[in-house]
This record gives sequence, C-alpha cells and structure tokens, in this order.
Amino acid sequence: MNKFVWKRKDLLGLEELTADEIIHILDTSKSFYEISTRAIKKVPVLRGKTVVNLFFEPSTRTKTSFELAEKRMSADIINVSTSGSSLTKGETLIDTVKNLAAYKIDILVMRHSVPGSAHMLSKILEASVVNAGDGAHEHPTQGLLDIFTIRQKKGRIENLKVAIVGDILHSRVARSNIWGLTKLGAEVILVGPTTLVPKHFESMGAKISHNFDDIIGDMDVINMLRIQKERQKKNLFPSLREYSDLYGLDERRVKKIKKDAIIMHPGPINRGVEMSASVADGPFSVILDQVTNGLAVRMAVFFLVTGGRKGKGIM
Amino acid sequence: MAVIIKIMDKEDISRVITRMAHEIIEKNKKAEDIVIVGVRTRGVQLAERLLSKLSAITKREIPFGILDITFYRDDLDRIDEQPVVHSTEINDDLTDKVVILVDDVIYSGRTVRAALNALMDFGRPKKIELAVLIDRGHRELPVKADYVGKNVPTAKDEKITLYLEETDKVEDKVTLERRDE
Repeated sequence: MNKFVWKRKDLLGLEELTADEIIHILDTSKSFYEISTRAIKKVPVLRGKTVVNLFFEPSTRTKTSFELAEKRMSADIINVSTSGSSLTKGETLIDTVKNLAAYKIDILVMRHSVPGSAHMLSKILEASVVNAGDGAHEHPTQGLLDIFTIRQKKGRIENLKVAIVGDILHSRVARSNIWGLTKLGAEVILVGPTTLVPKHFESMGAKISHNFDDIIGDMDVINMLRIQKERQKKNLFPSLREYSDLYGLDERRVKKIKKDAIIMHPGPINRGVEMSASVADGPFSVILDQVTNGLAVRMAVFFLVTGGRKGKGIM
Repeated sequence: MAVIIKIMDKEDISRVITRMAHEIIEKNKKAEDIVIVGVRTRGVQLAERLLSKLSAITKREIPFGILDITFYRDDLDRIDEQPVVHSTEINDDLTDKVVILVDDVIYSGRTVRAALNALMDFGRPKKIELAVLIDRGHRELPVKADYVGKNVPTAKDEKITLYLEETDKVEDKVTLERRDE
C-alpha cells in the first residue's frame, strides 16, 4: 500500500484532487467494499457522528446510497429536503446551513443547483462538506464510483479509451469523470451533437467526436449519460428519435464494440432513448456494479474526510 | 543514541511457534473447530506460520482469516492522520468456531479489544483465544493472552519490533530498542 496521507476535510470535486489523492480514495474504497458482503453490514467508524443530508434537488439513488453508507458506518443521520425546509419560506442557504451547524454536525452532504455552493459552504463550516452534485459543475462521488468500476473491471485506468456519450454540456457527472479519468491517464472522448458537446470541452483535456459510429469500435469503456427530455424543448436536438438514432446504444450499435468493453450509465436510464433495454441488461453492462461500488466509495470518502481533526463542530 | 538489542533470533521464533502450536492442540483436543485469524499487519505472517505448523501436526486443513481492525479503533478521533485501511478477509461464519486470534505484540490491549469487536461482527464464536509472540506488559484494558511466545518486561519508552523475512527481507528477529542514558 502507498504511504500517502489524506489531508482534506471536504470532498468538493475531482478538479482539485491530485492523481495520488484519487488513487488513495479508490484503494480505501476496496476495503469498504468488503463490509457490504458481511452478514452484519455495519462498522462503528462514524459512531457518535452526525451527518446531515441536505438535498435541494430531487435524488433517489444518490441520496439512498449516501444514506446507506452513513448507516453502515453507524452515523446518526438527519435528512433535509427542499420541500419541507425553510428555504421555501425565504431563508438563505447560508442561514439554513449555519442553523444545522449549530447542532455541531460532523458531515454535511449537499446537492444544490448552484455550481460552487458546496465549495462556498466548506469555507465557512468546520464540518466536512461532501458535494453530492452542484449544478452542472461536479458530482465527485459519481465520478469516483465510475472510475472505481472501470478499475475493478479493467484492472487499470491508464491508456484506456473512455467514451462519455450524451448531454455533456449540462452534466456534472461528465465533468467529474473527465477530471478524474484524465488525471489517471485515460483518454476521454466526448460524444454527442455539437449543441450538447461544445468545443470548449477540449480545454479539459478531452477529445470530441460528433460521430458515435466512428469511434465506438475503439472504446474500452462507454459511459452513456441520461438524456433529459426537457432539453429537446430547448431545441438542443430535433427529436428524441433522431438523438436515439445517432447517439443511442442499441443492439445494432453494440455489435461494433470491443469484446471486452464495458457499458456504464449513472442512472436513471431512459430505456429506449440513450440505451435500449436489452443493452442495459446485456452482458457488457456494469450498471448495477456501479450502484454497489457507489456505496463503498461513499463510505471511503466519509472515512477519509472525518479523519484526524480535533475539535470539530460549528464554524 | 538508541541501543538496539536482539531478544529473539530465527531459531527462537521458530521454536516458540512450534511450542504454541502444540499448546493450542493440547488445549483444544482435536482442533476440529479451530479458525486461525491474524491481525493486520504483523499478526498475519505469524498466523500463517502457526497455521502451517498446526496443519503439519494435525494433517488437516485449518481455516484461515485476516482481520483489519482500523474500523474498530478507539483513537480515530485522536490521531492526526487517518490510517490506511486494508481489507478483512474472513470467508467463514465464525459461529460455533474456536477462533485463535494471532498478533505479534500485546501491549495496551486496545488492539485486542478492537479485534474482539470486529470478530463479533462475523458471527458468534464458541470461544476466542489469543496467541501473541511477545507480551510486553503495560495493559490498559483487562485482557490476557492464552498463548505467549515470550514475556518481555519493558519500559513504556522502549520499542519492540518484529522483523520477518517475507516482509522485511532480513532474517527473522525480535529487537528491543531503548534510549541510552
């Protein structure tokens, strides 16, 4: 094992992490993976710690995964979601969070539509902040679990060709994946129509293709993003059917992929739009492994960010 | 300046492990329900050696496991850096088994306390026994080893280190390091 030492109190994004830090999280995740295979799926690592899950956007799987990770680590949990919160009464985000922090919480897990909101809170809170998605900016634990799954299936990240297909422009999952994968030496190819995959993404170190069929046979990993039906109303692509025809992954297109390629999807899947049902459930799909791995990765993140700081509490 | 004294050499360690293996069999009759569990990191190599001795004597395969106690430590809040966690590899249900927990040195007893808690999450063993190569005293908890390789009275500022060929690339030995007055 490496002699690397984790120093951060928060996990905000993969952009600011070094390759060593990412690898350390992945290695730590391996150890946590085992806990979920036990008869008694609980360890006392976060015993006596309080975690607040603050979700300003709807989320089922991410929230479930975080919550289960917290429970398996014996934390005490409070869930706050927008509908019932005082934000609907006009309270500011900072006031809401300061009030929560006054209870001396240890970890704040937050999803918010404003990019950078988790970063801002991390500066005023003494508690650890774990970003569960901030607008179209980052979704670091999803990026980490994707990279963990690739590493688990392919044994490495370096020199792999990874296609991320779909609405890159609005995707925090894509951004976290691009940062993490390029740092670990993978070649990332972004695929989609010009409206959803603009040229400026090349500045993040990724390549761009507007023709899925051109590159598909060369890919080790194909990560399909969800197409939000609302986007079509904004004229970013002519019709769902045309999108599906050009960038969807169906039986016909799967015939062209490498025999040892893997197909990923962060969920939830629009079956029949970005991916056909038979592909989602097919032999190349590792979608449910991603879900299992997400739990291990989130446990590892909690373990690392709560480590070694004395006198935690509020600001 | 620190003085380093060799307190056990390769033959001493080998002899002691053989003796402990015989003691375990004597105490547990046929050793049928035994599972050997080594505590990471040094306990694992010792457990492996004990296992091969036990297998040779009983001519049977004995289940083996590896325990990482990081999740159960009581000092995670007090140390400056989060320790590196390794995986636990216990594939058998420990219910109704006799677990022989193996570690290199017993000192405060806190590692053993953590290991006991960890083991309980893998079932309800019939019995847990503790085997250590060195007992250096200074217990902070009421725990005691069932099998001891060697008792070494120490001062708190002294350091006991076990070197094993497979991990340290030097001949097996146990050293005691003390400050020279």
